[in-house]
Amino acid sequence: MKSKIAGNNIYKIFGEDPSLALDLLAAGKSKDEIYEVTGQAVGVHNVTFRVAEGEIFVVMGLSGSGKSTLVRMINGLIKPSSGEILIDGIDVASCSDEELRTIRREKVAMVFQHFALFPHKTVVENVAFGLKIRGVKAAERRERAQSALEQVGLGARGDSYPDELSGGMQQRVGLARGLASEPEILLMDEPFSALDPLIRSDMQQELLELQRTLKKTIVFITHDLNEALTLGNTIAIMRNGAIVQTGNAEEIVGNPANAYVAAFTRDIDRSLVFKAGSIARPPDTIDLGTDIQSALAHMEETGADAVHVLKGGKLAGIITYKAANAALREGRALKSAVLEEFPSTSPQSRLYDLYLLAEAGLPIALTDDAGELIGVVRPQDVFQQLAVRGASA
Amino acid sequence: MSPSDFLTLPFDDWVNSLVRDWLVPNFRPFFRSMQWPVTQVLNGLSAFLNATPMLVFTLALALVAWRTAGKGLALFTIVALSFIDVIGLWPETMTTLAMVVTAVLFCVVLGIPLGVLAARTEVFRAILRPILDIMQTIPSFVYLVPIVMLFGVGVVPGIIATIIFALPPIIRLTDLGIRTVREDLIEAAMAFGATPWQMLVEVQFPLALRTIMAGLNQTLMLALSMVVIAAMIGAGGLGLTVFTGLGRLDVGNATAGGVGIVLLAIILDRISQALGERRMVQVPSLLETMRSLFSLRGQKPAAEAKRAG
Ligand SMILES: Nc1ncnc2c1ncn2[C@@H]1O[C@H](COP(=O)(O)OP(=O)(O)OP(=O)(O)O)[C@@H](O)[C@H]1O
Ligand SMILES: [Mg+2]
Repeated sequence: MKSKIAGNNIYKIFGEDPSLALDLLAAGKSKDEIYEVTGQAVGVHNVTFRVAEGEIFVVMGLSGSGKSTLVRMINGLIKPSSGEILIDGIDVASCSDEELRTIRREKVAMVFQHFALFPHKTVVENVAFGLKIRGVKAAERRERAQSALEQVGLGARGDSYPDELSGGMQQRVGLARGLASEPEILLMDEPFSALDPLIRSDMQQELLELQRTLKKTIVFITHDLNEALTLGNTIAIMRNGAIVQTGNAEEIVGNPANAYVAAFTRDIDRSLVFKAGSIARPPDTIDLGTDIQSALAHMEETGADAVHVLKGGKLAGIITYKAANAALREGRALKSAVLEEFPSTSPQSRLYDLYLLAEAGLPIALTDDAGELIGVVRPQDVFQQLAVRGASA
Repeated sequence: MSPSDFLTLPFDDWVNSLVRDWLVPNFRPFFRSMQWPVTQVLNGLSAFLNATPMLVFTLALALVAWRTAGKGLALFTIVALSFIDVIGLWPETMTTLAMVVTAVLFCVVLGIPLGVLAARTEVFRAILRPILDIMQTIPSFVYLVPIVMLFGVGVVPGIIATIIFALPPIIRLTDLGIRTVREDLIEAAMAFGATPWQMLVEVQFPLALRTIMAGLNQTLMLALSMVVIAAMIGAGGLGLTVFTGLGRLDVGNATAGGVGIVLLAIILDRISQALGERRMVQVPSLLETMRSLFSLRGQKPAAEAKRAG
C-alpha cells in the first residue's frame, strides 16, 4: 500500500548547533554521553517509518523516549536536525512556511494530551477553530462544527465553555476539533493519558468505532502497551529516541525484537492480542455424500478427531470420529452422525473470545463474511498458544 | 577635597545648547504637529462632557459602575458626583476627566501595539525595557522641563507629559500577558495553521486581556496622579484648583480640588479593576465586553452561575 507519511533517517538534537552532537551520534556515542559533552538532548535518533493510508500507526515508548518530538515533527511544530518527513511526497522539514500552513490547515490535525482547548471560546467555537483559520464562513463553520460534535456524542454541549465539561468530554471536544476540518491525517499525542481508566477504554472503543467509518490515517502516541495493542494496526516501539521494533500487535507480542520489547510484552494478556487466524490450520472437510468408511479412513489418515462436512460446497456441520464410528456399528448413514450445531467464528476474533468455543472440544470453524470455511482452530492450539507466555517468561 | 576643585563641567550649558540650539529649532514643527491628534481628541471629549447635563452623566456612569462592579459602586458614584457638583467643581471635574481619558486613550493606542511587538520580538523587547525603566524612575516633575521646551505650555503639553508618564504599565502588562499565554494553546493554534496575525487575534490577545486590563488600570491611576503636576504647565481642571489653592495658601479650595480628584480616582479605579476581574476568559473581545456593559439584560445565566460558584 502507498504510504501516506514517510520518515527517512530523522534526527532531532535540541540545541543551537547540532552538528557536533550528530557527529558523536554517528561515532556511536550514547544519548547520555552526548549530553555530557555538548549539553544537548537527543530527542530522536535515526528514525525511519512508513504510515500507510487509513491505518492507525501507534508509537509507544516510555517517558522521554522521543514520541512527542517525533509526532510534532510530522506537522512541522518541531524541525528535524536532519532527515526528511514526507506527507504525500512533500517534505515537511524543508517546505516553506506557507506550504506548511497549507498542510496544517488542510491535511493534518492534532489532538493534544491536555486537550489544549481555548478557554475563552465555547465548545462549538473551539471545534470550529480550524475552519475559522481556513477562512470558512461563519454559518458553514458552525454547521460543520456541530456535526463533528455530534460524531463524538456532544451535540448538545456546543454552547458550554470547556471548563464546564469533564475531562472525557473535553477530550471528545479535542477530537471533534481535529475531525471538523476533515483532515486526512490525525496526530494524537497521548490523547487519553489524562483520562481515568474507564473513560479511557470507552474512548478507545469510540475511536475504533469512528475509524471504521472515517478511515483516517492516524498517528497515535501512547506510553501504554495495552492501548497500543488495542488500537494499532502498526505499532512502533521507541526507546531513547530510536524505534526498536515496528510490527502489528501479534508480531510485537509473539516475536519481540529484543529484551527491551520482551520485558514490555511479558505481562500482556496474549489472548487479547492474538487473533484466531494466527493459529488456524487449513480447512479439512468431507462431503455429506461420502460413505462412513472413507470418512473414518480420512480421519485416521490426518489424525483428526473431527472433520467439517460440506453439503454442495457449503459448510453444513461437523462429524466426530466417535460419532462416525458409532454410526458405522449401528449401520446408520453418515448424515445421521453429523452435528449441525458447531463452534464457528471469524478469523479476526481474539483468542480470548475462543475460550468458550474451545470448551466444546470440537475444532472451531473460521468463516469469512460469506460463510465460507477458511480455516480451522483446534481447541488444544488455543491453550498451547496462550501457554507460550509461561514458557518464555 | 573633591573632584570639583579641579574640574567643573558646564553640564547645564551643554543641555541648554542641545535643546535650544539643536532640538528646538530643528524639531519644533515636528513636536508641534504631534500635538494635533491630542488636541482633536481632547476638544471632542471636552465638548461632549461639558455638553452632557450633570444628571445624565451621573446616571450613565452609575449604570456603568453597576454593570461592572455592582450596586455598591453605583451608589457611591451617584453620591460622589453629587457631592462634587454641590461643592461647585463640576466643570473642573469634567475638564480633568476629559484630560485623563484622552491621555489613557493615547496610552492604549500606543501601548498595546508596543506591548505586542515587545512580546513577539526579543530584540525590540531588549531595547524597550531599559527605556521603560528610565521612564518609570524619572520623577514626574522632571518630565515637565523638556516637555515645556519642546511643546510649550498649555493643556495639550500637560496631557503629553501625562501620556509619557502613564505609558509604561500598559506596555509592560501587554507584553507580560501575551508572553504568559499557555504554551499548549499557542501550539494548538499553530498546529491548525494559524498565521501570526490570527494567533494574535484569536488566541493571544483574548487570553492576555485580563492582564492587559490590569495594565490599563495602572495606567489610568498614573494618569490621574499627574493631574496636579500637569496643572503646573497650564493644564486646567481639578489639578489647577489644587495648584492655585496651594499657591494662594487657600487650604479650602486646595482640599476641595483634592477631594474631587480622589473621588474620581476611586470611581475610575473600581470600574477599571472590575472590568479586568470579570471572567475575561469567557468574553471573546473587548468589543463584546463593552457591548455587555451597555446591555441591560446582558449576562447569560451560565455566566451568572459561574460567578456565584
Ligand atoms: N524543547 C526541548 N528542549 C530540550 N530537550 C527537549 C525538548 N523537548 C524534548 N526534549 C528532550 O527530548 C527527549 C524526548 O522528549 P519527548 O518529549 O519527545 O519525550 P516523550 O516520549 O514524548 O515523553 P513523555 O511520555 O514524557 O511525553 C527527552 O529527553 C527530552 O528531555
Ligand atoms: Mg510526550
